[in-house]
Amino acid sequence: MNCAKWKARLTLGIRDANTAPTMDKGVGMAHGGWFGAVGAGTVAPLFLAATGCVNVNAPAEPIVIELNVNIKQEVLYRLVDSANENIEENPEIF
Amino acid sequence: MTSTRQIVRKTAAALLAAGALAVVAAPAAAQGRDPAYAAARANGTIGEKMDGYLGFVGSPSPTLKQLVDDLNIRRKASYADRARSQGVTIEEFAFTQGCLLISRTVAGEKYQAPDGSWQTRGAGPARVDPRCPSAG
Repeated sequence: MNCAKWKARLTLGIRDANTAPTMDKGVGMAHGGWFGAVGAGTVAPLFLAATGCVNVNAPAEPIVIELNVNIKQEVLYRLVDSANENIEENPEIF
Repeated sequence: MTSTRQIVRKTAAALLAAGALAVVAAPAAAQGRDPAYAAARANGTIGEKMDGYLGFVGSPSPTLKQLVDDLNIRRKASYADRARSQGVTIEEFAFTQGCLLISRTVAGEKYQAPDGSWQTRGAGPARVDPRCPSAG
């Protein structure tokens, strides 16, 4: 049972990484745990619990978690003057 | 009398047209550019990317690649200086600079649209990233 539970959580982790790469959702799912996963309507854990220990093969493709650089707009507004000045002072590189 | 007035009117019109042409043909940033760089911009071999650096639209000649690589290195140095004094990352500063540089492209030049594709600047405004501060 322990084994099945572990596999199920692992599967969830991978699903989560693929579908919702943001930090917030990842943490939420981890706290939801076993019952949270069942409540979410995921069929895979139930299947695994019934059949016991099942090998889960790692996907061939690497799991890519996109960490978008969070560029805040208010920061960009602050930089406009300096960026304009940069063009005026270094016209040969722009 | 009428002929003099006509001449004056024609001269004024010609002067206005010449002034308008000069404004279109020589944007402020164009001064001081290496002729090879200016030519590559004008013929669309290179373009302005969203990240604040120059990119190649096709495959460049070794000479052009060297020239553009050098410009990008000097751009990065300027971004690094200004990012440090503003307390932001180089990427943040470079992105802002990219917004401005794309907005400042002139008709016929290439720029990178928010979807990553190369676009040729037309008569209208360039398509900039929604995060860009509206260029003033």
